[in-house]
Amino acid sequence: MTRRYDVTSHVDRREFLVLGAGTFLGVVASWRRATPQTPDSLPGTGPSGRLWDPARAGRPLPPVVAADNDAAIQAIEKRLHCTCGCNLDVYTCRTTDFNCTVSPALHQRVIALAEQGMSGQQILDQFVRDHGLVILMAPPKRGFNLAGYFMPSLVIVLAAAALTLVLRRWTRASARAQPARPPEPGVAGTPEELERLRGELDRLSV
Amino acid sequence: MTLLGTLALWLALLVGIWGALAGFVGGLKDRPDLARSARHAVFAMCGALLVAVVSLEWALFQHDFNVEYVAAYTSRNLPIFYTWSALYAGQKGSLLFWATVLSLFGSLALVLTPRRHRELLPYVAGVVSVVAAFFISVMLFGHANPFQRLPYTPLDGSGLNPQLQNPGMVFHPPMLYLGYISITIPFAFAIAALLSKRLDTDWLVAIRKWTLLSWLFLSIGICLGMWWAYVELGWGGYWAWDPVENASLLPWLTMTAFLHSVMIQEKRGMLKKWNLALIIGSWLLSIFGTFITRSGVISSVHSFTQSSVGYFFLAFLIVSGVASFALYANRLPLLTAEARLESMVSREASFLFNNLLFIGIAFSVLWGTLFPILSELVQGTKITVGPPFFNQVNIPLGLALLALTGIGPLIAWRRASVPNLQRQFAVPGTVGTFTALILLVAGMRDFYALMAIALGGFVVGTVVQEFARGARARHRQYGEGYVLALGRLLARNRRRYGGYIVHTGIVILFVAFAGMAFKTETEASLRPGESASIKSPYGWTYRLTHLGISQYDALNRQVTAATLEVSRDGKRLGVLTPEKRQHVDGLGRPTFQPSSEVGIRSDWREDLYVVLGGVVNGTEQAVFRFTINPLVWWVWYGGMVIALGGLIVMWPGGTPAAKRSQAGYSVRLVGTEP
Repeated sequence: MTRRYDVTSHVDRREFLVLGAGTFLGVVASWRRATPQTPDSLPGTGPSGRLWDPARAGRPLPPVVAADNDAAIQAIEKRLHCTCGCNLDVYTCRTTDFNCTVSPALHQRVIALAEQGMSGQQILDQFVRDHGLVILMAPPKRGFNLAGYFMPSLVIVLAAAALTLVLRRWTRASARAQPARPPEPGVAGTPEELERLRGELDRLSV
Repeated sequence: MTLLGTLALWLALLVGIWGALAGFVGGLKDRPDLARSARHAVFAMCGALLVAVVSLEWALFQHDFNVEYVAAYTSRNLPIFYTWSALYAGQKGSLLFWATVLSLFGSLALVLTPRRHRELLPYVAGVVSVVAAFFISVMLFGHANPFQRLPYTPLDGSGLNPQLQNPGMVFHPPMLYLGYISITIPFAFAIAALLSKRLDTDWLVAIRKWTLLSWLFLSIGICLGMWWAYVELGWGGYWAWDPVENASLLPWLTMTAFLHSVMIQEKRGMLKKWNLALIIGSWLLSIFGTFITRSGVISSVHSFTQSSVGYFFLAFLIVSGVASFALYANRLPLLTAEARLESMVSREASFLFNNLLFIGIAFSVLWGTLFPILSELVQGTKITVGPPFFNQVNIPLGLALLALTGIGPLIAWRRASVPNLQRQFAVPGTVGTFTALILLVAGMRDFYALMAIALGGFVVGTVVQEFARGARARHRQYGEGYVLALGRLLARNRRRYGGYIVHTGIVILFVAFAGMAFKTETEASLRPGESASIKSPYGWTYRLTHLGISQYDALNRQVTAATLEVSRDGKRLGVLTPEKRQHVDGLGRPTFQPSSEVGIRSDWREDLYVVLGGVVNGTEQAVFRFTINPLVWWVWYGGMVIALGGLIVMWPGGTPAAKRSQAGYSVRLVGTEP
């Protein structure tokens, strides 16, 4: 390359080709370095790019593993109460409140106990031993808790029986107070006609 | 303005105390001057409380962060929509809102009630004044003054909880509050009837619109709450049997029982004691709900922070409960029925069993809500009573109630004959049976879901039969076309046919609830370009492809949004963008923990519900929860149908005959009444 007096550069053909090839290779190389996220948009290629500000996306989470979707594990977790104060079961809390650190820990404990070969009931019993009955979403059906389960039904059955007896007494009293009598003077209509009229009135007005 | 607000509160308290004294003394001593003064006191209290509300709103919109309430619930960058709703976002503001609306409703009741009920009005003014004065006292003496100032002025406020920044939250709390508050008006009339000994059916006429209004507000408020929970909380459901949800359901159940049993009193002069007890009970349950929400005595996601305010409500609940039922017991001899039940197979009897179930469900919900406290007292151990308990106890009761929803309208008043029953039950019974058979053949084996849909078919059969018979009768009698006949049928007997529309809405809700038995969900962590599949209960498969994550700033939040392409059996349906949101104040400082904003694709069959849990190690690999919720769409439309039916029932007007039949004039047949 020669520099002329008017500060313009003269490039011959060979130099031009070398520069062109070098620029092309440089662009390709820098492009591959500068756009690491691009392959992520293609299925199954390359690592994921980092977020601009990961803190905005909340607490970092571990990838989902097979045990997270295990129906048996989920069934157990739906019977366990998360103790973070959310009032949800462990499964719902850990898949809803992603800021909670209690339900993921309880989830790991369930997986660990399951991996030890414990059955669902054994895992629940272990949780009760560790945390007390408050860990269960519903109290076990024994002792005083039976009152919790059966009191509403018992009260309703007793109330229904009492209501039936009261209604029967009322209807008997009504029948006694209203003996069959002939139509009063001035009342045009047989009992059958009055019954029909009553039916029609019921249909027209409520 | 805060000084003005505080002065207005004090003025409202003093006027309220005077209104209570003047109302009760004016009514008992028959002093028209005091009665007039009590009426004016309610108006004045309403005016003073409105000034307090304007003062608080002024402080909110002026960003006066020296006011503790403003600093706690708003920030400079909070959208105006939510700045307004911050009025009832916190405990102090909601107490002010409650007292103000109560005084407004009290004023409207005093103005709109016909003159023939004027003997009741001094007591009504007295009761409204007592209740409103209690709420104002809690604000002034229970460390709940919304105008309390801080010793310093923060640069910006904490902002509104992100979960409350949702349109559902702008309408759900006020609707529920309006429902709770408006129960005070029927309660005030009930107490007025007891005090004045005017215990005929007339006082019921005065409260009919109020009971319907209260029921309608509660219904809409509960449905909006379900919608808000579904779209905002991210757990994929709409009802969790949370104590505060239960507290809203309790007065709704008792009010619904009342709306049925009051028809028996209006038509037959029976159940006077029962109806009074239901109104008093509903009001006490509304105060109980307030106590549950504000005391923190039972763990709830809705509870305001635990404070002494709750115990003010407990004391008020006990005192007013004892006073009301003592008065009620004193007046029992005056509450004799004007007619007797004639048959066990009658609409009256079916309504009584319907009431039994409503009250039974209310009892079981209350029992389950309080059982943890009871268990701790008796056994000394804490327990949790969650959805498994409530579902086990309440689903069978709910199904029985659904069956009665269809049975009640089919049974004649006074006495039903066997031929009449056969004729009435033939079509609905066949529809219900066929529905069950079709579902069984289609492979549905979930007992409760099958029963809910089959009973739904039975109730719809009842409703359609009732409309068809009415329209056919009009067609034959007046020669009207069927569409016109249907319209006029509805217009001329809004209470009956509006009620059937409400029943239809209830059926839609039950069928939608049954759909949740087939909910499916899965979790997946996906890198951009990766896909996950989830199978629908209808048999098709959704494929969700993670396209990537973008981060951007919005008005008062920093958003991390994942874009997922959704396809069903290979057909592209569009994209969903679940988000994580980090809310910030006006200075860009984080105000709350990041929250999830779900992505929902909804159609009439099912919802595809996607939650972005977060990301793995700060990369674009994201953790998602995918849920398919069948028939959720119908929950919202069922709620709308219920609201529409309620509005039709409430709508003023109607034919003179219909008005008479709804105005407490029972239908009497000469020679058949004792």
